[in-house]
Amino acid sequence: MLSKEQARFFFLGGTFVVSVVFLAMTWHSIVKEIPKQTHEENITPEVIAGKRLFDENNCMGCHTILGEGAYYAPELTKVYERKGEGYIKAVLMSPVAWRGAAQRKMVAYEMTEEEANNMVAFFKWVNEMDLNGFPPEPDESLQPD
Amino acid sequence: MRYKSQKVAYWFFALSMLLLTLQITYGFIMGFAHMGFDGLHDFIPFNAARATHNNLLVVWLLSGFMGAAYYIIPEESKHELISVKLAYVQLISLAVVGVTAIIGFHLNWWEGRKFLEIPRELDFLVVINVLLFLGLIIGTLYKGSQKTTTSLVLTMGLFFAAILYLPGMIWFDSQTLDSFFRWYVVHLWVEGVWELIMGGILAYLLIKLTGVDREVIEKWLYVIVGLTFLSGVLGTGHHYYYIGAPKYWLIVGGIFSALEPLAFLAMALFAINMYRKSGRSHPNKSALYWTIGSAVMSFVGAGLLGAAHTLPQVNLYTHGTLVTAMHGHLAFWGAYAMMVLAIISYALPNLTGRKLYDNAASMYAFWLSNIGMVCMTCAFAVAGIAQVYMERKIGLDFMQVQQEIEVHFFGLVLAATLFTIGICLFIYNFVKYGQPTDEALITDTEQGEVMA
Repeated sequence: MLSKEQARFFFLGGTFVVSVVFLAMTWHSIVKEIPKQTHEENITPEVIAGKRLFDENNCMGCHTILGEGAYYAPELTKVYERKGEGYIKAVLMSPVAWRGAAQRKMVAYEMTEEEANNMVAFFKWVNEMDLNGFPPEPDESLQPD
Repeated sequence: MRYKSQKVAYWFFALSMLLLTLQITYGFIMGFAHMGFDGLHDFIPFNAARATHNNLLVVWLLSGFMGAAYYIIPEESKHELISVKLAYVQLISLAVVGVTAIIGFHLNWWEGRKFLEIPRELDFLVVINVLLFLGLIIGTLYKGSQKTTTSLVLTMGLFFAAILYLPGMIWFDSQTLDSFFRWYVVHLWVEGVWELIMGGILAYLLIKLTGVDREVIEKWLYVIVGLTFLSGVLGTGHHYYYIGAPKYWLIVGGIFSALEPLAFLAMALFAINMYRKSGRSHPNKSALYWTIGSAVMSFVGAGLLGAAHTLPQVNLYTHGTLVTAMHGHLAFWGAYAMMVLAIISYALPNLTGRKLYDNAASMYAFWLSNIGMVCMTCAFAVAGIAQVYMERKIGLDFMQVQQEIEVHFFGLVLAATLFTIGICLFIYNFVKYGQPTDEALITDTEQGEVMA
């Protein structure tokens, strides 16, 4: 039967091994793969400024991006492709609360033209990432004729 | 209680209860907003309610864990806390930082990173606060005459929880890297080191409540936390499937996430077996219910429901939908909230000298909150699955789908009401216990908490 010492060894040894593997995979991901998949060379000062605005206003508190965030407002990963630059800027610069189809209000951020452009740059960069197939395409066979 | 300084735990538990009440209030605001009633939008927009709801959860659980440590460590190490005054300073500063952060959320002062919304300036205060807490706990352990596995595992959990807060404080320009390291904090907390804390509290409670030999319980504690890390560390990969990280995470994350329920299953079986082996009939049935209940519900919420949507092929569709909220609610409830309520139920009679453990309120609190939470999970599940089919499979517009599933939030709010009644009864009992008193101090021979 397993002794307490063996159990301790299992815990410490196992944790050490998986932690080393995890750190090695992290290193490989962030140094070799993520820069390629996310086109890191396209992260311009405008994209960074857009990301800061995205964080400062806690957009993730209602929306999701890369599938992460809250589930109250639309997914924004492909918003650049889905809605286009003009629509995004209109929402962000609107002086009154924007309302979607479900009558949900968005905070009126009243962004300046420059801020809205930075947000668009950020969404455009996110839009072009290779996300291993996310978001999935709707099932063709389920579409109405 | 055996040591005067254990009394400080009471105030951490009281802060926990206060913040839990607030957390539930904000949950209702969000539930109603999902139903279309967002009358508070101008004062508390959804993102403020959401940040408050999430962060209050983290802070009330941490406050509960800290209270648990202040209660358990003196007893396990056979030494008074090295400074009660500093423990109160730590309590007050924790409350001040928490309240400041929450007020800040309402004034658009935050970081906008799920679960880590607390602004960077306050992060540094959190670090100082936690360092003070760790200093007190580790100092007490060091000076104590006994170093048990239970206290070491608990302290190790608290120590690594503090260390793992740091990756969340690095600035990144890339959304992917930001997310990647945010999960270092959030995932490795809840599916890693917090389980050490949970395991430590569980082992302590099982030793006290069942009377099974400490050596047996602590041996299995090692096995369980070993399984947790073996599966949980590489299981972080399930957060890396679709955020711009390489494809190999789908394989690694998928395999190790599928193993994650094993750790929770082991924990549930362990708790049930220790209870069955119990040679004692402990009078505090309420603490026993919460303890065994926590082990079982964490298996269902964190283990099964987690595994249900971390398979990459499933997660492709469920990622970023209400299915996550389904898993999240029952997982946090089972693994952590119930464990904090278990240690509170165990500690209160010992701190106050009153024995209210088996009154009607304590039993109704357990059953109503649990039934309420299971029903809430079902409501999230129905809403989430409907969302997945309509939005992801059929391709309907997000907002159109949200309108379709509004009705499920009515069910959610009803279930949450039941849950809240349970929690109110728990807090009613908490208040009825009164404050801790030195009269509740007992010697070893008097610790006849256990009766044949």
